[in-house]
Amino acid sequence: MSDKIFVKIKDVVIPGELLAEGMTFLPAGRAFRKGARIYAATIGIVDVRGRVIRVVPLSGCYMPKKDDLVIGRVINISRSGWAVDINCPYSADLNIGEVTTEYIDLAKTELSRYFDIDDYLLARITDISESKYVKLTAKGRPFRKLIGGNIINVSPTKIPRIIGKEGSMITMLKQLSDCDIVIGQNGLIWIKGTPQKEMMVAQAIKKIERESHLTGLTDKIKIMLSGKK
Amino acid sequence: MRTLKDYITSLLTEGCREDGRSLLEYRPITIEVNPIPKANGSARVKIGATEVLVGVKLDVGEPFPDTPDSGVLIVNAELIPLASPEFEPGPPKEEAIELARIVDRTIRESGMIDLEKLCIKKKEKVWMVFVDIYPLNDEGNLFDAGVLGAIVALRNAKMPKYDKKEEVVLHKELTTEKLPLQATPILNTFCKLNGVLFVDATTRERKASECRLSIATKANGHICAMQKGEFGSFTADEILRLVDLAIEKGKELRQLIK
Amino acid sequence: MTKVGQPPKLIVRGKRLDGRAPDQLRPIKIKAGVVPNAAGSAELSIGDTHVIVAVYGPREVVPRHLARPDRVYLECIYDMTTFSTSDRNRPGPSRRSREISKVTAEALGPAIFLEHYPKTELDVYIEVINASAGTRTAAITASAVALADAGIEMRDLVCSIAAGKIDGQLVLDLFEPEDNFGQADLPISIMPRTGEITLLQMDGDLTKEELKKLLAMNQKACQEIYKKQKAALKEKYEVKK
Repeated sequence: MSDKIFVKIKDVVIPGELLAEGMTFLPAGRAFRKGARIYAATIGIVDVRGRVIRVVPLSGCYMPKKDDLVIGRVINISRSGWAVDINCPYSADLNIGEVTTEYIDLAKTELSRYFDIDDYLLARITDISESKYVKLTAKGRPFRKLIGGNIINVSPTKIPRIIGKEGSMITMLKQLSDCDIVIGQNGLIWIKGTPQKEMMVAQAIKKIERESHLTGLTDKIKIMLSGKK
Repeated sequence: MRTLKDYITSLLTEGCREDGRSLLEYRPITIEVNPIPKANGSARVKIGATEVLVGVKLDVGEPFPDTPDSGVLIVNAELIPLASPEFEPGPPKEEAIELARIVDRTIRESGMIDLEKLCIKKKEKVWMVFVDIYPLNDEGNLFDAGVLGAIVALRNAKMPKYDKKEEVVLHKELTTEKLPLQATPILNTFCKLNGVLFVDATTRERKASECRLSIATKANGHICAMQKGEFGSFTADEILRLVDLAIEKGKELRQLIK
Repeated sequence: MTKVGQPPKLIVRGKRLDGRAPDQLRPIKIKAGVVPNAAGSAELSIGDTHVIVAVYGPREVVPRHLARPDRVYLECIYDMTTFSTSDRNRPGPSRRSREISKVTAEALGPAIFLEHYPKTELDVYIEVINASAGTRTAAITASAVALADAGIEMRDLVCSIAAGKIDGQLVLDLFEPEDNFGQADLPISIMPRTGEITLLQMDGDLTKEELKKLLAMNQKACQEIYKKQKAALKEKYEVKK
């Protein structure tokens, strides 16, 4: 049986579409193997590197991954920590021990002093158990409460495009808008500047989300942000 | 963290909105007439990303005892879960009931349908007009979209055949006869936040708002229905100012129906 | 299946009442991504039957006790607007719509990698906005597109169509008069890659031979439907120059 690839890089594929045949290929991303064949599991774009056949998803909610930087919203305060909404179907926990190295007397300290309900914070996922129990850490830099500013929500599949190659897109966004911008892998983005600038950045990011597959996007965004002063 | 309310307020005080509109500007409106063959009349209305499907069905039945020679108008709204993560399956809750009743009063109080002309046999048989509203995507302002859809569906509805002898409606046979209509009411809903009044709120704007006022007007500039909602309050001046705006905006939207 | 009264002739001079060949589908239109609030959605019309489907999730399970530790809780709700039928139908679920909701979930479930989303809920909301026979098969076909649009991991799409017997003749995709006055109706759904059947219902009177022929007719038609589903998804996601 000869090894065959039926798709090429940048092809859009749908669930169940046959990508390749042969035991030397490896499925990656949203691709799966059935016997000697590799199929796409979701709607996505094909990327082939050597024998690795990857499907990069074009749609789908955020599924938590270890080491991801995420922006979350506090939804509950317990005796020893916080329950955080990280924009996925599973809730995440942040323990007081993962916020500060100081000794905290839980009987005397109000945890809301650190993070209160509805506060947004930047954290990292340290662990995901078998039963999808997500653990966060917010110890040290750059983790912190995100104060002021505005939070927008984009499809997590577009985050790589918003960051850009080696951060080129987000660097440009920050420079041209004079805003603080923090991007969570989970699709939440925090923007802080003047209200007008924040709105401008939000619109620019929404444009990137809509037109991520088109060429010349970087230039268009540059014009958009430089034009409106 | 600045709340949604603070953020929207800061934009509104500058006279602008998240999507770049001015305070008194509607999002783009599209109207599709009679997209549903099974309905007697129907309309699919979009206001920005908000989309509503309205269907009119006609049937013959008994009149209400206190109006024995008058046709019957029944308006219902179903906030189906398809349209928003905030809608749950199940019988209509308060939001659905309020939407239905506002649309009902707008149509009824304007005298849009000449209900007396819908009488077939006094005390026994009258035409019943069912207007059913289904949001397909809720991005704010279901009231104005619902009324627009209902008006268009009613204006373009065709009567089914009625067999007088057998006293039965032949639902599968349509005539070219339309409903007896006179007025064309339009509903405009305004929201208030920190003293700023604006029209056609998106979901986020609605959530940040203190209160809202819906005003239905007719072509002659008369008001036929009003409804204030949510927990804030209006001054008398604000209400009068909104009435002027509603008459103006009503004219604008009425142009889309011609 | 047969209504009261003298049933009309459904095959006149060798042709069906709408002029179609025995194995011809009604025109199908599919569009992906029509409900912005949803995770995924699709609109489909086949002849005059018109449905809209929206997918929400995966999201937290409500109520909590329905959560499964090892897989997603899939719920389909099939609903018809009051004005989708000739006689206005009362809003809310009926026994018929609840049964269709159940078999629809069972038709789609096998295609989804349910175990990839433990302890979550996936909701498929189907609204029939014009009913002219074949609403459940239209619902399943559209739901598969909506699920794909939502980025749900699936081993395959699901295609669905019905075939039946009218005036002794075997035909594909019954339309309204054929559905009302025909002799048998067989809706199925399949996963096109393997041909596995995930929905199978039947009403009427068929011999085994007839059943075999209808299954083959359905399977063949599903390949055509699959092409339309694929085209609808690619149209939304492919680069537009």
